[in-house]
Parts: sequence; structure tokens; C-alpha cells
Amino acid sequence: MSAASLEGSKAFVELVKRDLVLAFRTPGQTLNPVAFYLMVASLFPLGIAPEKELLSQLAGGIVWIGALLAVLLSLDSLFRSDQDDGSLDQLLLSPHPLPLLVLAKISAHWLTTGVALIVMAPLLALMLHLPTQAFPALMLSLLLGTPLMSLAGGIGAALTVRVQRGGILLTLLSLPLYIPVLIFGTGAVQTAVEGMSYSGHLLWMAALLMLGLCLAPLAIAASLRIVADG
Amino acid sequence: MHLTDRFLRDNDLLEVAKLGCERDDRVLFSNLSIQLSPGELLQIEGCNGAGKTTLLRVLAGLSGDYRGQVLWRGQKLSRVYADFRLSTFYFGHKPAVKTELTPVENILWRSRLRNESYTDQFVFSALEQVNLAGYEDIPCGQLSAGQHRRVALADLALSATPLWILDEPFTAIDVDGVGWLEQLLARHIENEGSVIMTSHQSLSKLSDRVRKLRLENFRVSDEDEIHDDSEAWL
Amino acid sequence: MNWTFFHKLGSPKWFYEISGKWLPWLAILAALLMASGLIWGLMFTPPDYLQGNSYRIIFLHVPTAFLAQAIYVMMACAGVVTLVWKMKLADMALKCCAPIGASFCLLALVTGAIWGKPTWGTWWVWDARLTSMLILLFLYMGVIALRGAIRNTNTAAKACAILTLVGVINIPIIKFSVQWWNTLHQGATLKLTEKPSMAPEMLWPLLISIAAFYLFFTVVLILRLRTEILDRERRTKWVHKIVAAGAGN
Repeated sequence: MSAASLEGSKAFVELVKRDLVLAFRTPGQTLNPVAFYLMVASLFPLGIAPEKELLSQLAGGIVWIGALLAVLLSLDSLFRSDQDDGSLDQLLLSPHPLPLLVLAKISAHWLTTGVALIVMAPLLALMLHLPTQAFPALMLSLLLGTPLMSLAGGIGAALTVRVQRGGILLTLLSLPLYIPVLIFGTGAVQTAVEGMSYSGHLLWMAALLMLGLCLAPLAIAASLRIVADG
Repeated sequence: MHLTDRFLRDNDLLEVAKLGCERDDRVLFSNLSIQLSPGELLQIEGCNGAGKTTLLRVLAGLSGDYRGQVLWRGQKLSRVYADFRLSTFYFGHKPAVKTELTPVENILWRSRLRNESYTDQFVFSALEQVNLAGYEDIPCGQLSAGQHRRVALADLALSATPLWILDEPFTAIDVDGVGWLEQLLARHIENEGSVIMTSHQSLSKLSDRVRKLRLENFRVSDEDEIHDDSEAWL
Repeated sequence: MNWTFFHKLGSPKWFYEISGKWLPWLAILAALLMASGLIWGLMFTPPDYLQGNSYRIIFLHVPTAFLAQAIYVMMACAGVVTLVWKMKLADMALKCCAPIGASFCLLALVTGAIWGKPTWGTWWVWDARLTSMLILLFLYMGVIALRGAIRNTNTAAKACAILTLVGVINIPIIKFSVQWWNTLHQGATLKLTEKPSMAPEMLWPLLISIAAFYLFFTVVLILRLRTEILDRERRTKWVHKIVAAGAGN
């Protein structure tokens, strides 16, 4: 009866808007992962060798690993801040479908973290002498891979939201989910460096992204409800 | 006889039968039965650790780890979650107020999640009621803990939901606020709304509509602890 | 449909009683098969014409690798039963399986490394199978760690069930992606096991040891499960009776 008047799309937009406003009002916290990304990527040449040939071979992998670690770093706060101030309970009690609200949170997370990582990627690739023909592959693979990492990592973030100092556990839970993304992402860049067609990798990533979009919000919603028991 | 039974059942907003709950191998409560009709206020009392908050979380549908039955308007809660959540306001232990957002913004996102929406004018008048006039555009991080709870209470005052589930709403509220909140509860009861709350406050203004439920601390004795063999998990 | 039969199947008390009867027979059978499979494989099969005697580690490596994967799938099935039918026994099985599966996974990795030394000349090669096995170990560790981090038993049960389900969807994706990554980076690698080309005098002892390891796993699982049942049901009358009888002896 009253379900017909549920305005899920408005709640979705409101929640995305709220999380974006929160991110903009705490720029230090939002930019943390991006700074981390920059640092990781600039440590590699210092740690290995500044030679151009070597770096150009490694560049794709370095940028991707940096992005992966940055997303991992940002995941901990995905649901934790809502848990800490009681907002998570309001989310769970909303008459709107929880997977929809979860998708809103994930979208906001990607917009504040993933997009920044994509925007920074060309700069890092330039510093690491990635061959120019591989730039589109890097950007496209990150475009498909970062939302996938937000979705898959959300499952671990939801399961550990009530665990004190759950950061390491979150990493352990998310890492196996990230390995296929990393393999296809760096694979796309590497094949592009070698001058071959990388569309196969991207198609696989797109397929995984679809899978993640369908299943991850359900898994995250179920996990949040389960751990609400304490 | 049969007809009156039906009528009574339909009239119950929330009906709880044989509710039992355990956490960490400790029985918090068992065999609890509650009936709540429109226009009633149920006050839950008990010492610290007696399971008041857990009971409220079960009744609000936040926790599914319990034995027994919870009926909402005569139907199993798990079947009518959407309708139940549209009709419930939960005021938790933590106020669910974002410190980065202003009171107005906080009320707007909270109400939107409940599928309600208010005009700014409405929100401003509610904030004025809880003595937050002039603080509308200040980030809540600059307000005190009591003021955070007032923001959530302003949201409560605006909400049109019939069932309020309030966990210690009087905490960190000053004397003026307590009087205002009692009035708010009285008005809600007058309008055939229902309240379930935990509090040690004696509600002098509503004494005739208040029912009390006391949760005792279960003693851990062997007799209580040993179950029958055939016990379902949930 | 009437589910009472199904629920009886999941009753810890029923399982405790029936498994007590099975356990000695299963243990004897497992010991017999293990002895015959390993002795036959290690002593009486002819050496491989390429790898000499070093290939004999497959009689340990292959069964442990099989089990490491099978146990995770089993855990996922137990997870479904936990979530859908809320069966206590399924969660206990999930909990007890995790450390056993992790141990088999570790054994498979160690035996793989030991086999790799004479075959490839190094202890570790980023071979597709070894890499997937390593990630599987991470999956096991995740389940064990999550169980340890959540205090409330019922919450931990459902959370671990969700995690194993996510993991079991992930396993084929990991296997496929790692295989693809491996072929791209290394070209054709030496496969550890090429079953079709295996001589029957090697295949039979291998099959026997696989069966023996499955039985061994069942025995260990039952032993762990019985302890877990007594622990979780410690407040029921029947466990009190058993404990009282045990104390009297």
C-alpha cells in the first residue's frame, strides 16, 4: 500500500549528496588516500632504480598497486564513521531497500576516491615513463577497476564495521577479491605497452564490474544487517 | 468472543510473544510478552546490562538474533518490514548526527531516509522548539553533545511516524529540554501514537498512559541455564 | 514440504551420537588406506623416466591440494545451510573445516615448493596452481580471522557464511585470471600433474591416497565437530549427562 510512494531514487540522491558534502568538508581525510597513492608511486623509483627502460616496464604495475593500496586505505572509513555516530542504524531502519542505500554509499566512495585516483594516474604514469601508447589502457582499466574495488572492498568493510581496529582484517578479506582486478588491470597496461590489443582485458573487467554491481550491494546489505547484532 | 479477539489483535500495533534473547552466552531476557496499542507508552526499566538496549534493537528490527515472535499489526515482523519501517522512528544510543553537517542538513538526510520530507520552514521551527534557533547553519561539530541529541529530537518532533522507539531520550538534556520532551511525548500519545522507551525518568505528566516493564538481571544459575534438548537456534 | 527430517539431520545431539558409532570404523579405514596408498606409492611404484624418484611427492601433494579446494567448497555449502535453514550443525562444520582446510592448503604449498626444488631448480615459482593455492590460503585465513574477531556466536556464524560464499564465487575468477596472467608472463610452464598421461601403476596408488586423505579429513572433522558440539551445547541436559558420566569414570 504505502510501498508505492517510496521514493528510493530521492533517498539515493540524498545519501550520495550527503557523503559528497561530508567528503568536501573534511578535505584532509578525503585526500589522504590520494597522497598515499602519490607516495607509494614515488617510492618505487627510489627503491628500485631510476632507469627509464626499467621503470617504463614497471609503470603500469606500480600505478595499479598504488591505486589498490589507496582504495584499501580508504575503505576502513566507508561504514565505520556511520557506525560510530549511529547513522548506520538509521540506514538499516530506512524503509528503502538497503542494497540501494549501500549502492549510494559505494557510489559516493568511488566519486571521492576512485575518480581522484584516475585523475592522478596520468601524472604518475608520466613520472614513471609509461610509454604514451599505454595511457588510454591505464585510464580505461582504472575507470573499470576502481568502482569494482569500491564494490568488492565494501563487503569486507561491512563485515568488519563493528570490529575494533579491523583495518588489517579488512585488508585480509579484501585482498583475494582484488587480485583478479589487479591482474586484468596491469595486464591491459602491459599488453598496451607491447603494442597489442588490450580490449580482452577490459571486457573481462567490465564483466566483473557487472557481476560486482549485481551481487556486491546484496552481500554488503546482508553483511551490515548481520553484524548489527553485535 | 471470537470477534472481539480479532478486534483486539487488529488493534495491537506491536505484539511480542515469548521473546528471548542471549548475548555472549548470557540470557538477557526470556519469555517476554508485550502488547502495545495506539496511545500507549511503554517504559522499560532495569539496571545497567539488563538488556534494555538489546530489547529496543530487537523491537526496532535492528537485531534478528532472538527467539520468539514479534508481530506488527498482527503480522510477522519479517513479512512487513517495509510498512513497519515507514511507521517507526528509532532514537538510538548515539544520536546519528553528522558533525560535519549543520542541524538543518542533518534533519534533511535523516528524514529523506525515512521517506519523509519537510520544507525548510518546518525544519527551522522544529529547531527553534529545541532551543537551537541561531545554530541552524553551524556545523554540528561545534555544538555540544546535548545539542546533538536536540537535533535528533527536533527530527523526532517533525516525524509523522506512529511508533517511537527511544533509547534513553532524556540523557544529556537539560531541565527545559526534559519538560519539552515530556510535552512532546504527551502530544504524541494524545494523537494515538505509541512510544516504547528506556528511561529512569518518572513521567509525571503522562502517568495514566504509561505502562512499565522491568527487566531483571538474570542470575546465572544452573537451573536457568540448562535448556531442553530440542531447542531451535532462532 | 515437511522439514522435520532435515532438521533432525542437523541436530547436534543426533550427530554426536551417530558420529561416535562411526568414528572408530572410519579411523581404521583411513589408517588402512593411508598406509597402503603411501607404501605402494612411495616404495613399489617405478620411478618416473623424467623426474626420477622426486615425483613421489605427488602422493602427498595431490591429495592435499584436492582437499584444500574441496573443503572450501564444502564450507560454502555449509554457509548456505547456515544462512537459509539456520542450522547450528552447519555452522559448527564451517568453523571446524576452516583450520583443517588451511592446514591442507599450507601442506599443498609446502609439498609443491619441495617438489619444485628438484624439478624447477627453485623453491618457489609463480606457477598458476601454486599462486591460486596461495590466494586460497588467504581466503582461509580471512574466514578464521573474521570468526575470531566477532564475539557473538550467531553473528560470527552468519558473517563467516557470507564471507565463504563471496569467496567461493571468487575462486573460479581467481583461478581463471591467475591462469591467464601466468600464460601471458611465462609462456608454457611445466604442469605439475598431467593426469591423462599418468601410468596406471602410478595412478592407482594416487587414487588410493586421495581416498585415504578424504577419509582422514572426515575423521579429523568429526573429532573437531564433537568437541565443538560439546562446547556449544554445554548448557543442554544431554551434554550435562555425558559430562557427568565422564567425570564418574
